[in-house]
Amino acid sequence: MDIIVCIKQVPDTEEIQKVKINPQTNTIVRESIKSIINPFDENAIEEALRIKEKNSAFVTVISMGPPQAEEALRKALAMGADKAIILSDPSFAGSDTLATSYTLASAIKKIGNFDLILLGKQAIDGDTAQVGPGVAEWLQIPQITYVRKIQIDGRMVRAERSLEDSFELVEANLPALVTVTKEINEPRYPSLRGLLKAKATKIIHWTSQDLQVDLKKVGLDGSATQVIRIFTPEPPSHGEILTGSVSQKADKLIKKLKKKNLI
Amino acid sequence: MDFSFSEEQKLILDLVDEVSKKEFAPIADEIAQKGEFPKQNVEKLAGLDLFGVTIPKEYGGLGMSYLTWALIAERISKACATTGLVFGANLLCTYPLLNFGSEDQKKKYLPPLAKGKSMGAFALTEPEAGSDAGNVQTTAQRKEDGYLLNGNKIFITNGEIADIYIVIANLNKKRGARGLAAFIVEKGTEGFSFGQHFKKMGLEALPNVELIFTDCMVPKDNLLGGEKQGFKIAMKTFAAGRIGVGIGALGIAEAAFEKAKDYSKQRIQFGRPISSFQAVQHTLANMATQIEAARFLLYKAAWLLDKGEPFEKFASMGKLHASESAMEITTKAVQIFGGYGYTKDYPVERYMREAKLFEIIEGTSEIQRGIIANLILKGKG
Repeated sequence: MDIIVCIKQVPDTEEIQKVKINPQTNTIVRESIKSIINPFDENAIEEALRIKEKNSAFVTVISMGPPQAEEALRKALAMGADKAIILSDPSFAGSDTLATSYTLASAIKKIGNFDLILLGKQAIDGDTAQVGPGVAEWLQIPQITYVRKIQIDGRMVRAERSLEDSFELVEANLPALVTVTKEINEPRYPSLRGLLKAKATKIIHWTSQDLQVDLKKVGLDGSATQVIRIFTPEPPSHGEILTGSVSQKADKLIKKLKKKNLI
Repeated sequence: MDFSFSEEQKLILDLVDEVSKKEFAPIADEIAQKGEFPKQNVEKLAGLDLFGVTIPKEYGGLGMSYLTWALIAERISKACATTGLVFGANLLCTYPLLNFGSEDQKKKYLPPLAKGKSMGAFALTEPEAGSDAGNVQTTAQRKEDGYLLNGNKIFITNGEIADIYIVIANLNKKRGARGLAAFIVEKGTEGFSFGQHFKKMGLEALPNVELIFTDCMVPKDNLLGGEKQGFKIAMKTFAAGRIGVGIGALGIAEAAFEKAKDYSKQRIQFGRPISSFQAVQHTLANMATQIEAARFLLYKAAWLLDKGEPFEKFASMGKLHASESAMEITTKAVQIFGGYGYTKDYPVERYMREAKLFEIIEGTSEIQRGIIANLILKGKG
């Protein structure tokens, strides 16, 4: 079977204190911040590799982003993916989730053969969780989101879809798109062998021309949303610790809640 | 002279750093307290292909340099010295196999060792044979279809967790060191069992185990090298092993230095960080200088080994300097942490206990000075 995994390169959250925002362009200043594969996307790669090990599959990883996103694709190759494609073009810059999902779907159409498309449930930078569903809509295929377990059964995918306090068992015919949560697996580290193989593998580069996309639908022009302002929120004020006996504390609490019109 | 890392090395070291920081460092304290080496650490190293780094491709390894191996071991040891030594002790099995093994022995034993499916160990030390390595009391008797081993080995690193042991035994006691021979002994061989697990001052999770041989019959094919080559094999293996042990000490020194440096910038006394006081600054400067010196002695030893040139002097110098520096640096790190440093709430006291071992194993500091003096006085190395 053919599996396509869409991944995104994001700033490393462990270096979050170093993240700065350019107030002019409303974008993150990426220099000097380490980049990683969006963690949920690593789960998607891992799941693709596990399916490959079980059922034999060809795993293609694609990412839309600046040329440095190649680094993320190379890691996916090192983990065991078979092929990597970067969608990079100045006209893709400033894409919102609509334009991104359109571009990714165009690349998937160009690839042609696919049975399963996997993505992380959301990216840890934008946190929109819209790109996966967007891709499924552009391709007009079934989608199952927030999946914690996947089972491939012939031409059917059976998935456990996480809800707040329970899960749904959802089936869909292949080809289908599935977005995964971190509960689904623990991503492997690449091996040295994989690392060296990935280093020698050529990453395919597709531009807007290669994809033959409608330029009005990509990048800033194709984005339905506009970022007006992006800013670092004020740190939340510290909580207050009430002291005294249990009943004293309860009294104080009730008074405070009443004062704030919360009860 | 080029001191830069290759692109390949950078990629590898980034990965090893990431795994060491995420997987080994967080549990280093816990495993020491439990006194048990976690199997998953070996699995992680194996999953990364690290056990095969120096093993040639035809035997299932990656065929990389000992220098790359040393750079990898340095990062593992910095995160967890115990894991670093388990990794290093494996080399004490693969190195003599590669250098003295027959083609059949290499084909049989190296591929599983390269994949981490088998673990290796080296056994020379006995109650009466430590620094005096020639005084091995374990005997080997030549029989028709093999050799019969009898005797005890102590403190053997990777004991019990290892599957393949290089065992030094005496074929001819009258000949002393020249009577020694090396044997490949597999775990599970009849007459080969494990005795006590030694309780130690530090590195509590590192397996250091007694090996007991009672009429243990080893097949003829498992003689490593010639019958009279045991001492030479042991000395060569120790020389290479010293690079690994030095690297282990270096890793601890680096960890202690970093902790002390960071703490000195945060700790406020007399209204300012203690890193602003000259006494602390000089201590940090000395630490950093000692680390760099140890690093380049050891890198040079590994580089010479890769080139097939005599490396023994640099291996001894590197091991000596790294282990004594690690002892001093960890002691000073505790001093910088003050009272907190003496508590178990911070890792520096553990580093200090760990560092001590490195001045003893693979030849004490005194033995190293003897080796270095011998080489320089003879004009060798």
